[in-house]
Amino acid sequence: MMFEWDWNYTWEILPILGEASLVTLQATLLGFVLAAVLGLAFALLRMSRLVYIRWITTAIIEFIRSTPLLIQIFFLYYVMPEFGLTLDAMTAGILALGVHYACYCSEVYRAGLDNVPKGQWEAAIALNLSPYATLRNVIIPQAIPPVVPALSNYLVALFKETPLLSAIAVLELMQTAKILASESFQYTEPITLVGLYFLVFSLISAALSRQLEAWLNTRHGGSR
Amino acid sequence: MNQVDNPMVRFENVTKRYGSHTVLDKLDFEVAANEKVAIIGPSGSGKTTLLRMLMTLEEIDDGIIYVDGEPLTHMLDGDRLVPANRKHLSRVRAKIGMVFQHFNLFPHMSAVNNCIVAPLTVLGLSKDAAYERAAELLDMVGLGDKLDHYPGQLSGGQKQRVAIARALAMRPKIMLFDEVTSALDPELVGEVLKVIRKLGDAHDLTLLMVTHEMGFAKEFADRVCFFDQGKIAEQGTPEEIFSAPTNERTIQFLSAVLETG
Repeated sequence: MMFEWDWNYTWEILPILGEASLVTLQATLLGFVLAAVLGLAFALLRMSRLVYIRWITTAIIEFIRSTPLLIQIFFLYYVMPEFGLTLDAMTAGILALGVHYACYCSEVYRAGLDNVPKGQWEAAIALNLSPYATLRNVIIPQAIPPVVPALSNYLVALFKETPLLSAIAVLELMQTAKILASESFQYTEPITLVGLYFLVFSLISAALSRQLEAWLNTRHGGSR
Repeated sequence: MNQVDNPMVRFENVTKRYGSHTVLDKLDFEVAANEKVAIIGPSGSGKTTLLRMLMTLEEIDDGIIYVDGEPLTHMLDGDRLVPANRKHLSRVRAKIGMVFQHFNLFPHMSAVNNCIVAPLTVLGLSKDAAYERAAELLDMVGLGDKLDHYPGQLSGGQKQRVAIARALAMRPKIMLFDEVTSALDPELVGEVLKVIRKLGDAHDLTLLMVTHEMGFAKEFADRVCFFDQGKIAEQGTPEEIFSAPTNERTIQFLSAVLETG
């Protein structure tokens, strides 16, 4: 069989895939916001003075990191209703992506927090700042900028895992492409277009993250 | 032992150990209100630890520290002294400010923001009041034209002067200076000492400084304490210590320091 690219079919499905890409973007952004916020919370809980809080947080993170994301997605969508928590597919998908990546992000935050010099904590004590004010005004603003590149890597990674949501029939790019293909029996165009879409957006976000990194590095007259 | 009425700082039988190493050994030590005390001695003699315990950066293993007439490291529970909780520590240490060897300025904040963050969040000052006070203090340390500079844009001496202004913004009664000129290039030491001298004249402050600047200690301090192996080996007026030391270790130390210095 000759390889043939059907341009007419391409133009026909492009708007449909374009719409689906909005679902993919939405899942990515909401998932990542959840991951970024929850990840920071995990990292801070792991610094708690109370040993059992540290222990429980570490156990939760290790558990989530050690099980596949696909299983977590299935679990949230198909198993949680047994316990009275019924989520629509999109919500379950975003939640699973967010919580899963929160665990990776928490490691990144932890590295950032560990890198803030001890003297900064001591200056905060000497100025009598409360623990909350210390974190909010002194520690977190210094811990996060250096780890922005690592965090944005996880944004791209999370983005590339959104096709997993097709497993619970979220109408994101991959699921839409599969439906289109099964209707027309033309797989080449939809699957290729989805691949291209992911490529383009990954490249764009990589470029943006480099810009952001450069900006973060030149603020405040350089280093300490 | 110098006995002072109503001391601003009092160490009572204070011991600090790191593992099996005793850094401070049953130390009794008093500082009067508005007194300027220079603490000198070889490294590892416990002098920096003394300041760090007073700032509550280190816990003590035994004894009690009093500040301005009330216990710092402990608090009253009925009529019993128990180890202080966070709230108590925070209330009492509000009377103390500290300047560090390595400045420890907040690098992501301009000079003026370094000086207002604590007054805003801890003292609850309004933004205008905090800014005005910070600008005044930065002007006092000779940096009135550098309010919006970040630490990365300042020299070591300028950073240290910002750090002094930052500590003063909290209106402490006691200021601790921990080898504040040791990390500076020699030509920048003078500008920092000048500011400290100014504080000694103009403010109602009790000053404790750990220093290697013997010349400065001699002309500035009311009292010089020589620390050795976790104890005060000798103390007295600058004249007594620098001109007629009696302790063998003091004599050795001073001759070594003054020779190289």
